[in-house]
Amino acid sequence: MNKNLQSLENNWNQDDFIPATNEEKESLVIMRESVGFWRDGFRRLRKNKVAMISLIVIILIMIISFIVPAFYPYSYKTQLRGSENLKPMTYSEDEQASIDSGESVFPHILGTDKLGRDYAIRIMMGSRISLLVGLIATAIILVIGSTYGAIAGYFGGRIDMILMRIVDVIYTVPDILLIVLLSFALKSPLNNLAKLPAFMWIQTVGVNLISIFIVFALLYWVSMARMVRSQVLMLKESEYVTAARALGASSARIIKKHLLTNCIGTLIVTTTLQIPSSIFTESFLSFLGLGVAVPLPSLGSLASEAINGMNTYPYLLFAPSILISLIILSFNLLGDGLRDAFDPKLKN
Amino acid sequence: MIKYISKRIVFSIITIFVVATITFFLMNMVPGGPFLSEKAISPTAQAALEAKYGLDKPLFNQYLTYITDIMHGDFGDSLKQRGRSVNSIIATKFPVSAKVGGIAILISLLIGIPLGSIAAINRGKPVDSAISVIATGGIAIPSFVICTVLMYFVGVHLKLLPTFGLTSWKHYIMPVISLSLYPTSYIMRLMRSSMLDVLGQDYIRTAKSKGLSKFVSVFKHALRNAILPVITYMGPMTVYTITGSFIVEKIFTIPGLGGDFIGAIGSRDYTLIMGTTIFLAALIVIMNMFVDIIYKFVDPRIKLK
Repeated sequence: MNKNLQSLENNWNQDDFIPATNEEKESLVIMRESVGFWRDGFRRLRKNKVAMISLIVIILIMIISFIVPAFYPYSYKTQLRGSENLKPMTYSEDEQASIDSGESVFPHILGTDKLGRDYAIRIMMGSRISLLVGLIATAIILVIGSTYGAIAGYFGGRIDMILMRIVDVIYTVPDILLIVLLSFALKSPLNNLAKLPAFMWIQTVGVNLISIFIVFALLYWVSMARMVRSQVLMLKESEYVTAARALGASSARIIKKHLLTNCIGTLIVTTTLQIPSSIFTESFLSFLGLGVAVPLPSLGSLASEAINGMNTYPYLLFAPSILISLIILSFNLLGDGLRDAFDPKLKN
Repeated sequence: MIKYISKRIVFSIITIFVVATITFFLMNMVPGGPFLSEKAISPTAQAALEAKYGLDKPLFNQYLTYITDIMHGDFGDSLKQRGRSVNSIIATKFPVSAKVGGIAILISLLIGIPLGSIAAINRGKPVDSAISVIATGGIAIPSFVICTVLMYFVGVHLKLLPTFGLTSWKHYIMPVISLSLYPTSYIMRLMRSSMLDVLGQDYIRTAKSKGLSKFVSVFKHALRNAILPVITYMGPMTVYTITGSFIVEKIFTIPGLGGDFIGAIGSRDYTLIMGTTIFLAALIVIMNMFVDIIYKFVDPRIKLK
């Protein structure tokens, strides 16, 4: 019988019709798993060694300043009699006596200051204050700036014009001068307020610190607002905004759910880069004596106090100086890394 | 152009006015008054002093007098430095600060622009990485840190340079370095990124393909365009130099306006605080205005609004 070459009839056998196993199916899939915004960003961030090291440094500093003080045997405000101005890793006579009698005394890793307070714990508390100020101030800036910018950008027209003129005026007002004035002017109203039972916390936080926050809330949000506005101006022309509006979404919902969530990249980057600049400002003011209230230490005020004894006790000056530079550097580098990872358009 | 400039001038005047108003009312929120700290002062003497400085009139009248005086360029008398007007204090102290600040700005431009360009031209090479590391470090170090570290090592330890005062050229070195570190690093970064941007443009390729040397294409064509962002940074740089001078002048005991301002805050010298604030704010605002106008002038691509 002549075999018809065009017929495939005879070439098949039973085995060819067994259903494919899952493994065989998977081997044919060429699409990779879909990667969301966050995973994609973090994947890129993980490859950036400098940013990862900075992140680790920041986490370490946070552990040291937020968790370690709870277990630390000394307190930042206890003045130990007889152990004033100790050099690092040395003991006072009393402490030496108790060591000799067999007790264990925790060493003063960085010595003590002129009032006999353990300096290592003061440094830890100082960086806690600096970090807290940086984070809280940045949160204030983030909330006000993004809301303001989004409203200006979304509504446009006359509202945008008026809002942005206000921003222009604030932008040109010299902020440090105003912080100095404000912390000076707010001192007694806040002190009076602190006498009321409900506002006792003001006393511990310090009037100056509150006025720093007020100034941040009043002045520092403008660059964030400008950034968000320009993003929103671009995003509001997108189809999904039109679609949301056609479906009857309110302006507030569109801003919250669609516009701000889509500028998240810019927001993350600007926020991370805002933290070091807030810390910078706080340390500057604390250095001038306009920052936190005694006995709370901040890295700026610690450095400022140490200047007079710089010749004899240089480590009192260098410890806070190095730490503040390290904190600012790490946040800057992390911010740069985040920008590359989450917002490649911003990269120069 | 004229329309733009006049608009910009009006805007600056409004800003200065806003600052003056804020300053006035903030200062009036401070209770106690300037004469309270002085001991053994009789109520009549106090009243006489208040009458002399116009502090007994209603707040709004004080405000009006104050604004009129400012418009005549008169900041009144210092409350603590007896017999000296704020004008004369500013006139004697500001030149000192301006000299240090001006040198610092000049140095930042002279170092920052070439180094940033060199980094961009040698992108990816060791020179670039070295410059980037310096720039990143320079931005992270607060001015008080660099001041004190310099003072300790160079001034106190090695005794190479004097640590206070401002009498010879040697006295300028440390304050100027401290003040210019941040702006220099910032300009380096700014210049590097804008230079990279410009070097990728078509007109640079054209210049190269015409057979121009690398030197001419970089210095004649690229640098001019790449320098634009640095011009916009001039405004913030002035602000930084002024605020930085508070710290630098305090640490190096320089008899400048910044140190005086901090001193005035300590001694509650209201008129001096107000005068200095408004003077410095006006300086910053005017500087920003000039930068904006120059920017529009040198870059015709920017539309005049």
